Amino acid sequence: MTRFELLVNGTRHVVEVPPDMPLLWVLRDVLGLRGTKFGCGKALCGACTVHLSGTPVRSCVLPVSAVVGQPITTIEGLDAAGNHPLQRAWRELNVPQCGYCQAGQLMTAAALLRQNPNPTDEDIIAAMAGNLCRCGTYHRIRQAIHRAAEIMRQEGTR
Amino acid sequence: MNGYELIRERLEARRNPARLSRRDFLKVGMAATGGLLIGRLVPHSGQVHAAALVELNPYVQIDPDGTVRIYVPKSEMGQGVRTTLALLIAEELDADWEQVRVEQAPLDPKYGNQGTGGSSSVRTRWQELREAGAMARALLVEAAARRWNVKPSHCRTEKGRVLHPNGRDALSYGELATEAARLEPPASVRLKDPADFRLIGHSQSSVDIPDIVTGQATYGIDVRVPGMLVASVERCPYVAGRLLRYDDTSARQIPGVRAVVEVPAIGDDVHVRPGVAVVAEHTWAAMKGRQALQVEWEPGDTDRHHSAAYLEQMQALIAEPGQVVRERGAVEEALAQGNRRVEATYALPFLAHAPMEPMNATAHVEGDRCTIWAPVQIPAWAARATARALGIPERNVRVFITLLGGGFGRRLNPDYAVEAALISKAVGAPVQVVWTREDDLQFDFYRPMAVHRIQAALDADGRPLAWYHRLVSTSIRATLQGPDAPEQHRSEIGGADLLPYRVPNWRLEYRPFQSPLPRGWWRSVDHTHTAFAVESFIDELAAAAGRDPLAYRLELFDMDARTDGPYGYDPVRLRRVLELAAEKAGWGRTLPEGHALGIACHWSFASYAAEVVEASVDDNGQVRVHRVVAAIDCGRVVNPSGAEAQVIGGVLDGLWTALKAEIVLENGRVAATNFDTYPLLRQNEIPPVITVHFVQSDAAPTGLGEPPVPPVAPALANAVYAATGRRIRQLPIRAEMLRG
Repeated sequence: MTRFELLVNGTRHVVEVPPDMPLLWVLRDVLGLRGTKFGCGKALCGACTVHLSGTPVRSCVLPVSAVVGQPITTIEGLDAAGNHPLQRAWRELNVPQCGYCQAGQLMTAAALLRQNPNPTDEDIIAAMAGNLCRCGTYHRIRQAIHRAAEIMRQEGTR
Repeated sequence: MNGYELIRERLEARRNPARLSRRDFLKVGMAATGGLLIGRLVPHSGQVHAAALVELNPYVQIDPDGTVRIYVPKSEMGQGVRTTLALLIAEELDADWEQVRVEQAPLDPKYGNQGTGGSSSVRTRWQELREAGAMARALLVEAAARRWNVKPSHCRTEKGRVLHPNGRDALSYGELATEAARLEPPASVRLKDPADFRLIGHSQSSVDIPDIVTGQATYGIDVRVPGMLVASVERCPYVAGRLLRYDDTSARQIPGVRAVVEVPAIGDDVHVRPGVAVVAEHTWAAMKGRQALQVEWEPGDTDRHHSAAYLEQMQALIAEPGQVVRERGAVEEALAQGNRRVEATYALPFLAHAPMEPMNATAHVEGDRCTIWAPVQIPAWAARATARALGIPERNVRVFITLLGGGFGRRLNPDYAVEAALISKAVGAPVQVVWTREDDLQFDFYRPMAVHRIQAALDADGRPLAWYHRLVSTSIRATLQGPDAPEQHRSEIGGADLLPYRVPNWRLEYRPFQSPLPRGWWRSVDHTHTAFAVESFIDELAAAAGRDPLAYRLELFDMDARTDGPYGYDPVRLRRVLELAAEKAGWGRTLPEGHALGIACHWSFASYAAEVVEASVDDNGQVRVHRVVAAIDCGRVVNPSGAEAQVIGGVLDGLWTALKAEIVLENGRVAATNFDTYPLLRQNEIPPVITVHFVQSDAAPTGLGEPPVPPVAPALANAVYAATGRRIRQLPIRAEMLRG
């Protein structure tokens, strides 16, 4: 067991866990942030995607020892009130079906829009190809990312 | 007794003071506790007190602030049932949709059959839930009319309020609920004229999305119970194997590991695999402890269990007669008479369900009682199987249903819930068992492997005189009842047993093939493979007759084919979706170089589906799907946005089975381990356009979770034929089948 200080969604947490414990399980089982999902454990599906210093990463294969000192954002920190343009677009276009992969989809999409506020279909496909959805919400995800980009343009938000 | 009388009776039983025991009161309290797991049970103001909830009937409770709580009796797995069923109640209740909170009904006989499958939820609850809404509305109107001393029939309702006949005054449902609950429910209710529907037929986003997009939705894996431990189970990887011995010395040294216990194999219909469970304080410790186990398995007769060997044996069996399960005319004589004989054999592999949320369940066994919180499709089966495994009365098992991170039929089987209960009992604490993705793919109940052979004889005009269909498959029934199960064809022939085309001499034969690999219901079940055989073969006949595949189908459409019952098959409706799909896809139009269209139609789960796929094949044999057009008749569409999502999801599932999905049995174990060896379709692999067209209909709604799936794979295979002249007779399609 080792002590780690983590910065998650703007809050400092001290955890005592094995250094090889993946960030995913620290978030879910230690910090109680269960919006980040376990899907494959091998960085193959993207359900566990969070931001590390703003970059989307697969928390299921990322040892906690590797993230110390870097800000981490999870789905709970994207916008707790659900007002991020992506969250609004997701509601408006009725994107999720079972919803289990959607936290990962949203986190990947949020990182995309931060880098590229006006993505083309090709940009979206390239950015989102690592996030699996078993229900088949891919088309609506595309539409909703375009819609979120539109909301951001209209409201001048980033 | 009709559905409405049933609701009345259940309500009556709960209202009768003599019968309102403390146990009933506790039940209300427990329902609230169980509901907490779904996230937004407590929307505004902290704790919900059972006393504050006013129950108008088992499905409707109204809070003093006007919040309408609707209890949905079916499991949500992405098909939108929590939204769709709540809409049925809210429509007749004239509730304000903004004030509706959907609660998940725990397992309770008062909710009727809570099994969620067979695309049946809307079809079977359409009448009952609208009546439940209408009953609640009638009580609220009666309460308002008494206060105002006016006739109930002179009052109107609108968005959660009863309006006074004077046009000025109004009372909210929250103000009326307590009085309404004391009134006698009317002997009958009149349902709305569909012309007055304000919710049904209008798109609503799923009620769970606000929680999903903020990470607050509670799936099975998110359940937390005080004192809960987490278990990871190393199971026997061999389909016919057993546990020899294990050494848990190293596993017990992993920090956080609390116990290591053996999970016994349970056969009968549950199929809990033999294993060794590592129980720990958190998931990672359980997984690490499991990796540290030394386990020796007896592999059993693994040499016999290979998909390749199964295929050879099934192809040999298909040459021999099976049990005749459907027949008309004299097929053998007609086959000998025809001008031209056509024959094809189709082979389909095992498939895993692979929902995104791996299997998991949380159980707490206390003495002769057990509580389960789990993502299950048949909570009653979970209760029954758990009770049997623990040797306790079934009524002592409570089941709270969480959101399901996908189902596709996998979560009909309750094996993982039983596993959690067995481990909880062994360690004396609440336990959540969490499967890995590897576990999910290795220990599924797979879509049966199937081989079809169809022979036909055409007359001088190219019309089929005879259609002789043989099917060999690893039946689902044998998994449930053993290899000697009677009538194994019943889980296998759906979709092959009703030929929509006119063929005077027809026979369907079935023969089971035995395997210890468990099989289960995979989205649209037997229709996944029967539709592929039937709709590929009719295309082959059209080609043999030198006819256009659409024109040939339309010419042969059997307008006298019917099945019984209110939801029986109506050929007019299948023909209409076939024509609609063709029209919307522009059948016959000039296509880009190398592109071709394929078409298929199929009736399943009381709904009608037809699809046209536009595809091309490149020089390397790679298939590209450019567009899919779907036409669906599922009666009245309750929630168009949700319905469209179901069809698109079904189309992608069909494409996945045609292009990628395959579970291979090798040396007695499943070869696939994770999404690298059982790849799903990705964002960059889907057709750019899928369009969905619903037939406008006043017919009672029917299922939609499954019916869009079956026509997709044959429509794609038929498009590949049209593009290349090569027939696809085995799925998934491989590039080497189409190269050179």
